[in-house]
Amino acid sequence: MAVPLMTIQNLQTHFVTDKGRIPAVDGIDLHVRKGEIVGIVGESGCGKSVTSLSIMGLLPKPAGTIAGGHIYFKGEDLAVCKEKRMQALRGDEISMIFQEPMTSLNPLMTIGEQISETLRVHRRKSRKEAWRDSIAMLQKVGISRAEGIVREYPHQLSGGMRQRVMIAIALCCEPELLIADEPTTALDVTIQAQILDLMKKLNEETGTAILMITHDLGVVAEMCHRVVVMYAGKIVEEGSVKDIFHKPRHPYTRGLIRSIPRMDSDGGRLYSIPGNVPLPGTITEGCRFAPRCEHAFDRCMRELPELLEQETGHRCRCWLQT
Amino acid sequence: MHTTILEVNELKTYFPIRKGILQRTAGFVKAVDGVTFRVNKGEVFGIVGESGCGKSTTGRSILQLIKPTGGEVLFEGEDITRLSGESMRKLRKDMQIVFQDPFASLNPRHKISRILEEPLLVHGVGTARERREKVAELIETVGLNPSQLERYPHQFSGGQRQRIAIARALMLRPKLIIADEPVSALDVSIQSQILNLMQDLQQSFQLTYVFIAHDLSVIKHFCDRVAVMYLGQIVELADKESLYREPKHPYTKALLSAVPNPDPEGSRERIILEGEVPSPSDMPQGCVFHTRCSMSEARCRSERPVLIQTDHKHAVACHLYGSSAV
Repeated sequence: MAVPLMTIQNLQTHFVTDKGRIPAVDGIDLHVRKGEIVGIVGESGCGKSVTSLSIMGLLPKPAGTIAGGHIYFKGEDLAVCKEKRMQALRGDEISMIFQEPMTSLNPLMTIGEQISETLRVHRRKSRKEAWRDSIAMLQKVGISRAEGIVREYPHQLSGGMRQRVMIAIALCCEPELLIADEPTTALDVTIQAQILDLMKKLNEETGTAILMITHDLGVVAEMCHRVVVMYAGKIVEEGSVKDIFHKPRHPYTRGLIRSIPRMDSDGGRLYSIPGNVPLPGTITEGCRFAPRCEHAFDRCMRELPELLEQETGHRCRCWLQT
Repeated sequence: MHTTILEVNELKTYFPIRKGILQRTAGFVKAVDGVTFRVNKGEVFGIVGESGCGKSTTGRSILQLIKPTGGEVLFEGEDITRLSGESMRKLRKDMQIVFQDPFASLNPRHKISRILEEPLLVHGVGTARERREKVAELIETVGLNPSQLERYPHQFSGGQRQRIAIARALMLRPKLIIADEPVSALDVSIQSQILNLMQDLQQSFQLTYVFIAHDLSVIKHFCDRVAVMYLGQIVELADKESLYREPKHPYTKALLSAVPNPDPEGSRERIILEGEVPSPSDMPQGCVFHTRCSMSEARCRSERPVLIQTDHKHAVACHLYGSSAV
């Protein structure tokens, strides 16, 4: 099998706070192959967004630092990469789109200027060429009156349009990896459907790999080929989208899937995982999910299980599975 | 026979758009534009729609937290839009609200005991001791511990805060609770805890809910009857089963098909709506949905369809169903 586009090995990202050092991401291994859509799913505080910021070198400084591990992107370790090199990679070979398109666009620049900027910096295009390509890019992401939109400012656009513009900026240099952090969470469901549809189409046409970070299992099922489930800074389960949804092994994954209300089932009581999502920094010994797990036994409280391969490509971190 | 607890007739809430130094009214944002429905005692009535459709404004206008521009709101037969401040204040005991954001809806400077006691104080209920007992009793009802009463809101997680907000709404033993997106700020595993709690409380307190949400799966799980709103109007109103099995309005159909299916091998027949929701300050003529509707014809552009009953469980505002009207 070909070498993955990106391989993360034992990544540890720590935050220094007044309560001490918090391991927001605590030793994760992950890979993304060319053209693949991989989902990272989990609840607030599980470390999914911190993982994406670590890859992009966008951790808030000085609080957040990569304390260990490697992020190999096409053979180069991004974890120890110089800022100058990261700047050259970002927006060119790796791009990112965020949840809130309003805060990630510059309110003082027109849409055309913002797309052009990326093309001029990374592709050394002339002003005129970049402008023309910006219009073409907007058309590609399904904006019908692209010639008009390039002259407008972000506040003049709706949420769905802004997210399309973000995608246009992210994809204008044909990156090999797109990191999408909750790209549709702020959008209405009919607009979400448009954006997901667009992302899928672009993935198929251009072969851009996507690392999709989301809390929404529905979005994962729609979009991803492979899924990684995170809980309290660790990966608890990893597998193909079919394995995760049809044969989930970890009690947390099972609980999550069972607790979402579904359109194809009727009323009754929902399954619910007892307790609360652990706050970062309050993590105890043993399996991190043990305090909320209905199957937990002595060993779970004392020892952290390893993430072990159960069958090809399906890994799970649980004492019940060993 | 069902008894009606809440009746909303032709409710309109417009916000003026002011322009220039004289702040002259240049037009109106028609947030709620002629909404009519009834809620039966003991049922869960859902209002679903996308952002800006007027669902939250409808909820607030019912409670008179925003004064409606027109129409009637009958609570147990009495039109509360005409009530004086004092009689409205008394009536608020019976009607409470739970908001979306449990971080913004609890006063960060007050301990939980104070937050829960406040509604009792405002309405002059009981002695200090009775109030304390009541607070302790309700905090347990919502699944928290009385030992947590002396803490402040920031010491709780989102799910726990929403439990506190629900306990506060229950303090005065209301008959009707308007829940405005009560679970949309919560994590998936916490969302189901709160929905189950609200279901239990409905039984034990004999509550009627008006449940406002954008999440169609949550609405389907929780509600008995559902109104679908678009641009300030109800486009479809039906029993849950009927609505989800046989959506009639083209907007409802698109909305239902857009929900991501949490089954990788599930069906993916999707109606992708073109374009965006028009601005509520500049509403389209005729049917409000015609600019995005694939079925629209000449009549839709000129004449606004009214909500008509297609059978006893289902009503829709669409010219496609005009001829089959009973």
